[in-house]
Amino acid sequence: MWKFIVRRLMIALPQIALLSLIVFIIALMMPGDALTGLVDPTLDPAAIAAQRERLGLNNPWYVQYGDWISGVIRGDLGQSFRYKMDVTELIGSRLVNTFWLSLLTTVITYLIALPLGIISGRYHDSLRDQVITGYTYFGFATPLFIFALVMLWIFGFNTGWFPTGGSVAPGLTPGTWAYVLSKIHHLLLPALSMALITTVSTVQYLRSEIIDTKQKDFIITARSKGASESRVYNYHIFRNSLLPISALFGSDIAKLISGTIFVESIYSYPGMGQLFVESILQRDSSVAIALVLLFGIANILGTLISDVILSLVDPRIRIK
Amino acid sequence: MEAIKLDIKKEKKAHKSQTGLSILWREIIHDKLALISLIFFIGITVTVFVISLVLDLDEIVRVDLFAIHEPPSRTFWLGTDYGGRDIFGQLIIGTRNSLLIGFIVTILTGVIGVTFGLISGYFAGHLDNVMMRILEFFNILPFLMLVIVFVALVPKYSTVSFSLIMTAFLWMEIARIIRAKALQERELDYIQASKTLGTPNWKIMFGHVLPNLSSLIIVILTLNLAANIGLESGLSFLGFGFPEDTPSLGTLLSYARNPQTLQDRWWIWLPAAILIFLLMLSVRNVGEALKRATDPRQRRG
Repeated sequence: MWKFIVRRLMIALPQIALLSLIVFIIALMMPGDALTGLVDPTLDPAAIAAQRERLGLNNPWYVQYGDWISGVIRGDLGQSFRYKMDVTELIGSRLVNTFWLSLLTTVITYLIALPLGIISGRYHDSLRDQVITGYTYFGFATPLFIFALVMLWIFGFNTGWFPTGGSVAPGLTPGTWAYVLSKIHHLLLPALSMALITTVSTVQYLRSEIIDTKQKDFIITARSKGASESRVYNYHIFRNSLLPISALFGSDIAKLISGTIFVESIYSYPGMGQLFVESILQRDSSVAIALVLLFGIANILGTLISDVILSLVDPRIRIK
Repeated sequence: MEAIKLDIKKEKKAHKSQTGLSILWREIIHDKLALISLIFFIGITVTVFVISLVLDLDEIVRVDLFAIHEPPSRTFWLGTDYGGRDIFGQLIIGTRNSLLIGFIVTILTGVIGVTFGLISGYFAGHLDNVMMRILEFFNILPFLMLVIVFVALVPKYSTVSFSLIMTAFLWMEIARIIRAKALQERELDYIQASKTLGTPNWKIMFGHVLPNLSSLIIVILTLNLAANIGLESGLSFLGFGFPEDTPSLGTLLSYARNPQTLQDRWWIWLPAAILIFLLMLSVRNVGEALKRATDPRQRRG
């Protein structure tokens, strides 16, 4: 087990290193550097040049890369040109919002996927199954951003049931019950629109996995031993159908990342996805770079986690 | 004697109809939904391309300050946007551009993915190992963010650079599927026979293996076309798709990022949203039917 995890880490670490190199190259290509936004443009060009020399901006690229990466490891991601604050601090304030949004989305995704997938697989070809496969059929064809937009239009603007922007109603003090409720109220619609679309692949996988498992010999054995129908489904089949679901879990993180970019900009929800789009539009390079790096690392860790989960569930992978 | 001969002929005919593309075609014909979708998709494509040949592009993008935000009427079938530009005309041009980029990206990713997968799977061994590490690395990159960054970075940004950027991060899925198939195929006897006969590797790869994967490739590309149309409109929606002078369906939707437009002027964004949905749905219907055709267990007849 540990051997597998260590070996898997040995793949992930070079990936992270390579990712950081690519991100650094992008950073060099971006307009502006660490000094833009910090200095007054009316300053003497000679003084700026001296500052550049002092900050090491004239060094060869590999020295600059070394400086940058050691800064990143210490948590120094530079200065935001627009917000005039540390990128680490800025991202930290947005990270919390995105974290809650992603968490709620994931919870709703599985709350929908597990029952729907099980019902659809257990009673397949029945009316219930047809309704559920009909839902997945449309869900697959609907782009997330269009769905989120329509949800906002219907439930945000037309019915007014949900707020149409922000992460919390203004004027509430953090820590109070009203504050928490308002947060959840703001979270619900974005999370629901993302979950309703991302869940369809999980539902479909679970369904086909259950239908496949149904006909296996060990299920027939369980039945002939006299296990009740609910025990056969909830215990024998469900556990064996979890494998592809756990494999999907890692790719869910990648989906969440691109999902938050769309959903947060549509709902003007102050998270990292919205910050990313803003920072690109406003040429706030240091913020954009830091976010690409962070999301990239999250992506790598996501696949790492899903591989580890897979190896826990399926011993055959470990041996290989 | 005669009777036996006839039987052989019949058998041959029956056998022939089981090969390759004819199976795909038959599945489409038998699946009513897929057939209707295919006709719908071809209809839209032809209409859009023909009309945009006739339509005057300058006329559509001309700003008319006397007709700002007009609701649908007889002169403006679907109303006008904030610049007084006709939405219906923009919808036609937008659909054309969206479809065009969809086709370009699908073909480019197809060529790169198939070649990569074929080489990797056919040669296997060390080369395969190295190529798979490269693929894995591309796979873990945060795709959407990098596309956005590159779109913002590239100087003299154009439709061509946009499709190249999208292609650069989208070929991996195809390559992986083709590689897995090629790995299976290379173990088969006919490949071994060709090798023994001294057929050059590239000839086996593109002359023998590739034709055997053709129906699979068509299925993947069809499903990818649907995904690419959605992706392009998503990127244009965020403002990182087409350059400003070429509207796409996503551009029309991006007007809805203005809360007032979203709330009160549905005619600007709703038709584009429905059109994207219908296009993706119809292409997917065709793709799913083709997928069933390539899987003998699910095939009809």
